[in-house]
Amino acid sequence: MSRYSVLSLIANALTGQTGWKPAWRDATPKPAYEVIIVGGGGHGLATAYYLAKEHGIRNIAVLEKAHIGSGNAGRNTTIIRSNYLLPGNEPFYEWSMKLWEGLEQDLNYNAMVSQRGIINLFHSDGQRDAYARRGNAMRLAGADSQLLDREQVRALCPFLDFDNSRFPIKGGLMQARAGTARHDAVVWGYARAADRLGVDIVQNCEVTGFIREGDAVVGVETTRGSIRAGKVGLAVAGSTSRLTRLLDLRLPIESHALQAFVSEGLKPLVPGVITFGMGHFYVSQSDKGGLVFGGDIDGYNSYAQRGNLPVVEDVAEGGMAVMPLIGRLRMLRAWGGLVDMSMDGSPIIDVGPLPGLYLNTGWNYGGFKATPASGWCFAHTIAKDAAHALNSAFRLDRFRSGHIIDEKGVGAQPNLH
Amino acid sequence: MRITCPYCGARSSHEFAYLGDAAPTRPDPSAPDAAEAFHAYVYERDNPAGPLDELWYHSAGCRRWLKVTRDTRTHAITAVAFAEAGESAR
Repeated sequence: MSRYSVLSLIANALTGQTGWKPAWRDATPKPAYEVIIVGGGGHGLATAYYLAKEHGIRNIAVLEKAHIGSGNAGRNTTIIRSNYLLPGNEPFYEWSMKLWEGLEQDLNYNAMVSQRGIINLFHSDGQRDAYARRGNAMRLAGADSQLLDREQVRALCPFLDFDNSRFPIKGGLMQARAGTARHDAVVWGYARAADRLGVDIVQNCEVTGFIREGDAVVGVETTRGSIRAGKVGLAVAGSTSRLTRLLDLRLPIESHALQAFVSEGLKPLVPGVITFGMGHFYVSQSDKGGLVFGGDIDGYNSYAQRGNLPVVEDVAEGGMAVMPLIGRLRMLRAWGGLVDMSMDGSPIIDVGPLPGLYLNTGWNYGGFKATPASGWCFAHTIAKDAAHALNSAFRLDRFRSGHIIDEKGVGAQPNLH
Repeated sequence: MRITCPYCGARSSHEFAYLGDAAPTRPDPSAPDAAEAFHAYVYERDNPAGPLDELWYHSAGCRRWLKVTRDTRTHAITAVAFAEAGESAR
């Protein structure tokens, strides 16, 4: 398969656009692989790509029950950022940010990575202190941050409600390198790049069981037959419990629905990503002009892939409090994705808990920004049978040992994060 | 989604606060395996795709704890009862 370039554009333009080939093969599963990744979303495809590129493993299959990118990778708000606080997670997200910055050159694919910046608004002195601390923690991990005062925020976002009597905007924490990326293009880019390295991408192949030898997992049963593998990695956000149930494993995970919304198209208005500090509301503007926004999870266990109205109202209230002009806009679309909420709000990338099994789960509502580093670290964990330093804190046994990464400080309640 | 509270009648789920799976019960802290049992009680969940018994608190209503049986795939509620044994809609 040829590389995309200016020359390939010109050559195909001169030949009536008839020379383009499919970006990846629709592979038929072989009886056995060295590594099987269950889940053809961003995380699974990135894992396969980095396994092939960084670790030289080429005999890999990615199994997807529908078509690739049909799960959460196609159902998110496309924000990329690394404005985290704790030593266990900030270096990981900053590595993800660095991978985003080189992603398009690496994959030879236009993922529309757009570093337009994120501003986390604060509305009180205490919140300003907390964001100053967060900004310092980001800088200690090599990320960028800038504490903006009220007038600096006003210069960037004059349309916000600065004089709201309940939630006056006092400033914001800016990460200029944050922004958005085209979620579908990330999936397609990783799929194409992994395919070029020999990875089999098998679509419409649902895993229905596991092949066991003693304790060990040595393959999977699928709707397209049994497939054996030396190593099986799970990257199936939202559905992890459905698979681990087949292995009699209980995890610190609950599945919840997270909704997001898109408004009608506007001329360019929102310069980057804005988050409301006093409720849960975040907004950015897509390249087509629609405002993309979301808020809290629905808050109770759900596999329904659709949301309910109380959260729609809650998100709209948050939006109106900070940005009253959205009251004049129509919501065009809403969708709900399944997120696997972990008990401390942080992900799990680990070896085990059974021999031959590898876990990548618990992304809560923040999996998209982590896609490159998640794949990179999961590939390292699978290839070396040990976590990389960047995901060494994302162990499954942290709940047992007490080393939880509780960034929001709300404890063992996944519906509160 | 509407929940039919045995005391107040059918109300919007907006009036309720959610706790989660009703199955975990607080282990005996003096049992020899208490550490392991508390780990499972606090963190581990079955998280089924299907019927689930769960605890809801009617915070904007009668302020009772309810045990609600709901299908997590469809939000269909098949049973609601007071969580505390012996409570009635007096």
